[in-house]
Order: sequence, then structure tokens, then C-alpha cells
Amino acid sequence: MSSQIAISFCQVSQRFALDKVDFNLRAGQVSGLIGPDGAGKTTLMRLAAGLLVADEGDIQVLGIDVRNDPLAVQSAIGYMPQRFGLYEDLTVAENLDLYADLQGVSLVRRRTRYDELLPMTGLADFQQRLAGQLSGGMKQKLGLACALIRSPRLLLLDEPTVGVDPVSRRELWAIIYRQVNHTGMTVLLSTAYLDEAQRCADIILLHGGRCLAQGRPESFSAALHGRVFEVRSRDESKRQLQARLNQRPEVIDALVEDEQVRVIARAGTVPDMFTAVDSLGDILVRAVEPVFEDAFIARLKEETATGKRAGIATAHALPKALPSDNDRVISVRNLERHFGRFVAVKGVSFDVSRGEVFGLLGANGAGKSTTFRMLCGLLPVTSGEARVAGVDLRHGAARARARLGYMAQRFALYVDLTVLQNLRFFASAYELGREQAKRRIGWALAAFELEAFKQTSAGDLPLGYKQRLAMAAALMHEPDILFLDEPTSGVDPLARREFWQRINALAESGVTILVTTHFMDEANYCDRLLIMADGEMLATGSPVEMKARFHQPGKPSPTMEDAFIALIEGKDRARSAA
Amino acid sequence: MSRQSVARRRLLGMIRKESLQIIRDPSSIAIAFIMPVVLLLLFGYGVSLDARHVPIAIVVEQADGQTVSLGAAFSHSEYFSPQYFATIQRAQKAFDAREVFAIVWLKNDFSDHLRRGDSGGIGVIVNGVDANQARISEGYIEGVWQTWLLSYIDQQDLNLSLPLTMQSRLWFNAAVSSRNFLVPGLIAVIMTLIGAMLTAMVVAREWERGTMEALLVTPIRINEIIVGKLLPYFILGMGGMLLSVAMAVGLFGVPLRGSFLLLVATSALFMLVTLGMGLLISIVAKNQFIAGQIAIIVTFLPAFILSGFIFQIDAMPEFIQWLTLLIPARYFVNILQTLFLAGNIWPIILANAAALAVMMLVFLGLARHKMHKRLQ
Repeated sequence: MSSQIAISFCQVSQRFALDKVDFNLRAGQVSGLIGPDGAGKTTLMRLAAGLLVADEGDIQVLGIDVRNDPLAVQSAIGYMPQRFGLYEDLTVAENLDLYADLQGVSLVRRRTRYDELLPMTGLADFQQRLAGQLSGGMKQKLGLACALIRSPRLLLLDEPTVGVDPVSRRELWAIIYRQVNHTGMTVLLSTAYLDEAQRCADIILLHGGRCLAQGRPESFSAALHGRVFEVRSRDESKRQLQARLNQRPEVIDALVEDEQVRVIARAGTVPDMFTAVDSLGDILVRAVEPVFEDAFIARLKEETATGKRAGIATAHALPKALPSDNDRVISVRNLERHFGRFVAVKGVSFDVSRGEVFGLLGANGAGKSTTFRMLCGLLPVTSGEARVAGVDLRHGAARARARLGYMAQRFALYVDLTVLQNLRFFASAYELGREQAKRRIGWALAAFELEAFKQTSAGDLPLGYKQRLAMAAALMHEPDILFLDEPTSGVDPLARREFWQRINALAESGVTILVTTHFMDEANYCDRLLIMADGEMLATGSPVEMKARFHQPGKPSPTMEDAFIALIEGKDRARSAA
Repeated sequence: MSRQSVARRRLLGMIRKESLQIIRDPSSIAIAFIMPVVLLLLFGYGVSLDARHVPIAIVVEQADGQTVSLGAAFSHSEYFSPQYFATIQRAQKAFDAREVFAIVWLKNDFSDHLRRGDSGGIGVIVNGVDANQARISEGYIEGVWQTWLLSYIDQQDLNLSLPLTMQSRLWFNAAVSSRNFLVPGLIAVIMTLIGAMLTAMVVAREWERGTMEALLVTPIRINEIIVGKLLPYFILGMGGMLLSVAMAVGLFGVPLRGSFLLLVATSALFMLVTLGMGLLISIVAKNQFIAGQIAIIVTFLPAFILSGFIFQIDAMPEFIQWLTLLIPARYFVNILQTLFLAGNIWPIILANAAALAVMMLVFLGLARHKMHKRLQ
């Protein structure tokens, strides 16, 4: 069985999406389709499912030619599109019934199948609940159950874990592996989470519509063996060190992680780098095992061949000295927000100092955005105290707002206006004078490398550039504090890196940054964190402290995800004990 | 399980899903049942193309028995509510202020002129801004005047030469009530909304929410998707139709002179035409907003304006008259008005039904041809 081929693409091309893609996938294992936004992942999935017809090339799925007989393929596979393909106005049971009807599952077989699937997905107690009222993680599991209803021989999952909390992600993987082990099912799934690659038996790396590489995850990172280091300095801040390392020709990538900088060296340049690094002063260098993400970034950076930019200079000199209220820029005590009887945020307290990058981490619906909107003065506080830039939000929300920049979820840009028109609009919205506006627009176009897109409509920009423009707009009035709400959601790993580099430069220049994210790896880039669940604080502290709390004999170096899951599970245990 | 029973299960599953969605979605219920009620009440009670209780000014420069009697004739007519003025200047002020729609001016030598048998003593001014209303009011004023004049001649026993009077009878709508004419036409508008707009929007919703993609990857056949979608909305639309007919006959007393079965049969035919249009729109429009807009522009507005439901097609410019031939509602409005007000006039009904049948085949055929299990 395991030597069989489940999917084979032979020189497959599709206009605007795929270019001569060639691969074979073995049956009976989990394969991952990985690549940045716009790489062609969804197109590839749809081609395999017979939803699209390839312009050129042959596709065989389970030994069937998809072009000739898509119905035969569709009768043998399970497919979960992005956003899970559920009918939100039907209940859990009705969704299952519908897909069982459509897949031709007999009433008898259906009963035994439900008895397997419902407990496995934890949906047994929610059969009469409308799908629209399920949490993101439960929707995802229901979508999976619908795709598994007929025990398909092949399961196609298009970004099944996007926007879902880490606990649910882990459970999803457990379900998938159980099916693979029990029934010999083949799985192809696409993902934007690089840490998930390590869970796959086989990886296809897709970029710009081309298949760059295929192999086991270890084979990707093996190429980087001996080229990945953790560097820390006693003389300068981690961000200064990162900025400096990033400018070295030997360095492919340098990234602030916890208290140190993770560096990937160009092949054959390791000795040079050590001498270079030596000249930087009192420095500690430690070679570390490469992970898949290192390999992915290195591979894509070499592929895009953008070369080394002369450092990203986003920082702006802060014109006005802050009133020195002992450097505590944001101070929150017992913050609460109710919507009717629903308590969205409960008893949240924290402080943020000047120049700090402070992260709010939590699943969808944890209360991150509500907290944010209160701090920006967009939403009145129900009770508790919140001071931003020394101003009490209950009295001077408007005054505080002049000091802060806010980048909303999904980038609040005017998609019909050009880049330049957007910047002009935001300059006038912040009441900049003519000279100042001209200066800031010039700065934004240069610092965010938007000059070439000046006359492009914001709606036509690639996602990474939209993100840049939104950030530039939020910085028009040179704020002391920057609020970023899910700034990297849906943006590919390369653009995310670049984005964090800009954030680091800003923090280094003294801007205080608050950021919400559901990417666990991004939490490592923050100075301090607040982890939230169901509107409550679970923990606060530096990433290193958080992870250190969950040291276990079996897990010497827990990841942020381990820490997060342990916190959530601890909370659930406390609740069920109560 | 046999092939056929698997196919039947797929179709039933699809129909059940669609029906559940209709029941759970307040907006489908609103479009199918609440909107017909609102539209019917609005058109049944609010909009009337008849002149009734039109405010007019009567200027009496010199009051005597004749002017009082003529004034009473206007007061007694249900078409007018007169106000009295002593001078034409005052009346004109009220006319300019739009307090009155017309002026009947009885000059100080009104009775002298009357005795002499000429009409030089009376003048009428009508506000011509709303041409329709002006023509109707003018006619009614004329009517009141003629009736009064006849009885005057009768009473006075005068031997005056009478103008020749015409005896006319109105058929089919003897009360000349515009309601009897509007309400049947409204049913066509309501069914267009349910068939085209609702259908286009629910298919667009499936695209928007990504459920269509999941649906297309199952072994379901295109015909099963189409039938599964059409059947529940067909039933919903016929329900809206029956509700409208019940209201028209029960509440507004519109007569139904033709056969009820024939009404149901032709309605079913029209329903299929609008469902075909809805499906065609949903192939082009993949989001609800655009689907709604297209449906309003290409189905609802033409059904409202160009179907002869309110505006007489014969009175339209020739080019527009040709254009109305493309509007399915035009044929159905014709059938409805015939069945309600005249009866089973077979030549009219068959000709219009044939046009609808052709349109049904074209729209449903095109929709079937254009829909396939691919995303492009």
C-alpha cells in the first residue's frame, strides 16, 4: 500500500497560478503543501479535486485521470475547503446528514460512522447546535468530520488550521493521524504554519507557482546543518544586534527570538561570519539545530533573490519627549468590558514601558481585540482603569488618540484609492500641515518601499504591501504608541519577517508597540506577553519566563505553543474542578 | 444501495438542506410572506390612481339659489371636497399654495347667463402639473356640471336645447377602481422578487461562504443541484402567490372571474421563468450584494415599470413597447388581469402562456448549460 502513488502531477500548468508542476505523492501518509501566500496552494488543491481543469499537463488522483472523470475522483475523496464549507444555519447533525446524503452513505453505515466521528471530534454533546454558533476550533472539526463521513481514500485539506487556536490545531492533527493509521488514508494538506510542516511525512514546497522541492522535513533542514546560530551580546540590545547582523553579506536571515538573535549563515561563509561577529564586541555564539522554518526562509530568500537591502529604516526620530511618568506608557488596572450580559474582557491588568514590544496572545474570541479597542479609545471602558500616554481614557480619550497609531485587523485601507491618495488622506485625517504631510508621505514611500506602487490602487496590492501601507498610514503622525491588531494574519512568512524587522526598528527608536497575534512563534519576538482566554488573563511575562514555567522532564525546551496549551488546559481543569 | 436510491438520497438531502435554510433564514421568510403583505396593503390602500376627495375651490361672487344648489352638487360628489371663497383672488392664493387642486369660478352674473342658456358665467381652472390627476378631475367637474345642469333644466321646466349626452358603460371594472387593476398585477411583481432575487441571492451566499466549493466536490450531479435548489423556492413562491390571491380576493374584494386552477397553472409557469432568471444571475454574480443589485435592475424594476402593471404599455414610446416584449412579467400581468377581471379568455391566456413557456425554456436551458461543476 505504502509504495502506491495517490496523487501525481505531471507538467501541470494553470494560467496565473501554476507553472509546470511535477510531483508524486505516496499513498497512506500525510503530505504537506507549503508555500507563501499566492504560491498556488489552493489552485493545486482544486485541480486535484476536479474543481478546476488544468490548462496543460496530466493529473492522476487514486489512479483516475481527473480531467476525464472528475466525478469518479469526487466519489473517492474527502475535501475541506478554506473556511470549512459548513452551512452555518444548519445544526451539527444536519450538516453531517447533508454530507452523508451527498456522499451516498447508507443509513446503517451512517450510524456507526457518527458513533466514531462525533466522540473523536468532541461534537457529541453539540449535535443540535447551529454550526454558526460553534467556536472556530469546533467548526474546523465539524468540517473535518463532514469530509471524513465516508472514510475517503484521500483527504484534501486546504489551510485547515488557519485562525484556529493551538489546542484545536493539536486535536486536528491527532484526528488526522488516527485516520491515517487506522484506515491507510492518504492526506494532502496545505498550511501557512511552518511548525506544522514538521508533522508531515513529506513536504512539497511551492513558490510562485513552481514546485521548488519535495522531501521529508528533515531533508530540508539537514542542508542548513552547522549554519544556524543563536547570538547574544552584552554590549548592545538584541534589536541593535539584529539590525547589524542583518546587514552582513554572510547572513541570510537574522531574527530576534526571546533574548537572542537567531542567525542563518550563507553556505560556505560560516568562518567569515565568526570573524565578522567577533568584531561586534562581547558576543556569545551558540550553534543550534536548524528547524524547518530556517530552511524555508533560507530557501525562499535565496529564491526571491531580493538580495540584501540596505537595512530597513522605518524608525522615525521621536520629536516630542514623553512626559517621564517613570516610562510607564500604558497602565491598565482591572479592565472590564461587558456587552449586555456577555463579559468580553474581565479583570485585565498590565503595564507597558516605553520602547517595549508587548504582545497579546490568544485564540479568536479571547478578548484581544476588545482590549485593544478600549485602549485606543474606540470602545468605552465598562469598569477599571486605563491610562495611555499618561492620559486617563475615561476622561481624555481624544487627547490620548492623538498620541497613538492604530492598525486595524485586515488593514483599514481605501481599496479604490491609490497608495498615494491613501497616504494623503491619512495625513489630512491626522491634521498634518502641508510641509509636514509632504515630509511624512515622502518618508512613508521610501521607508516602506512603496515608491513603485505609488499610483496602484490599494486593493490591487499584494497582501504584504497592503500591510506595509496600513502600517505607514498608522505612523503618519509620528505616534509614540503603535497598536497593531492581528497585523500578520494571512501574510506569508517572508513578509511577516520583514514586518517584524520594521517593528523592531521602531521599538529601538523608542516607539511603544502593542500587538495581538495568534501565531505562537511571533510571541517569541515580543519583549513581554499577556496570554488571554475567554476574556481573562492567563499569564503575563517575558517569553522566556513563560516557557520556563512549563519545563518538564520529558520536555526540556518547551515551545510557546506547549506553554500556551498547558495554560489553557490548566484553566479548563480549574473550571471543571470548580 | 442501488445507483438510483443513492441519487434519490442526494437529491432529498439537498432539498431538505435548502428547506431548513429557508425556515431558519428570516430574510427568505420576509421576502416570501411579509413583503407581499406589505406591498399589497400599500397598493391596496395607499396607492390609488382614482381621483377622490379632491380639494377644490368654489368661488361664489354673488350667492343665490342656483350657486347654493351647484355647490351642494359638488359637496355631495365623493370625488370632491369643496371650500368656498368670495373672490377669485383669494381662491387663487389657495390654488398657488396648493391647498386646492382646481377652482370652479361662479361669476356674479352666473344666474343671468344660466337663464339665457349659455355657460359664460362659469369658469374652471385645473392644476395641470399632474397630468393624469388633472384629466380625471377635469372630467369629473364636467360630469358634476352636466348632471346639475340637467336637473336644473328639468326643475325649471325650461325649454333649452340640451347638448347630446352619451351613454357609456364600463365593462370588467364597472366601479372603475384602480385597485382591482393594480392588485392582480402586483402578484407578478411579488413572484418575480421571490423567484429571481431570492434564488440569485441564496446561490450567491453559497459562493460567498465557501459552501458551494464543498458541495461541488461531492459526487452530486449538476441536475441534482439545480432541482434541489429550485424545488423549495418554487414552493415558497407559490405560497407567496396563494397568499397574495387570498388577500386580493378576501381583503380587497378583487373579483376572480377566471378559473382558479388556470391561475395556479399559469403562476407555476411564470414561477419557473423567474427561477430560471435567478439561476442565470447567480452564475454571473458570486456575492449577495451584486446578485441583489442585478436582480433588482433586470427583473424587479422591469416587472414594476414595463409590465403594464401600473403604466399602460400602449401609451409608451414605440421603442419601449418593443422592449416590453422581453419582460416576462408583461405576459403574466396580462394573464392575471384577464383571469381576475374578465375570466377565462382562452386566446389571450394561451398566447401569453406560450410566450412564458418559451422564456422558461430559454432561461432554464441557459442556466443548465452555463452551470457546471468547475470553478471557472
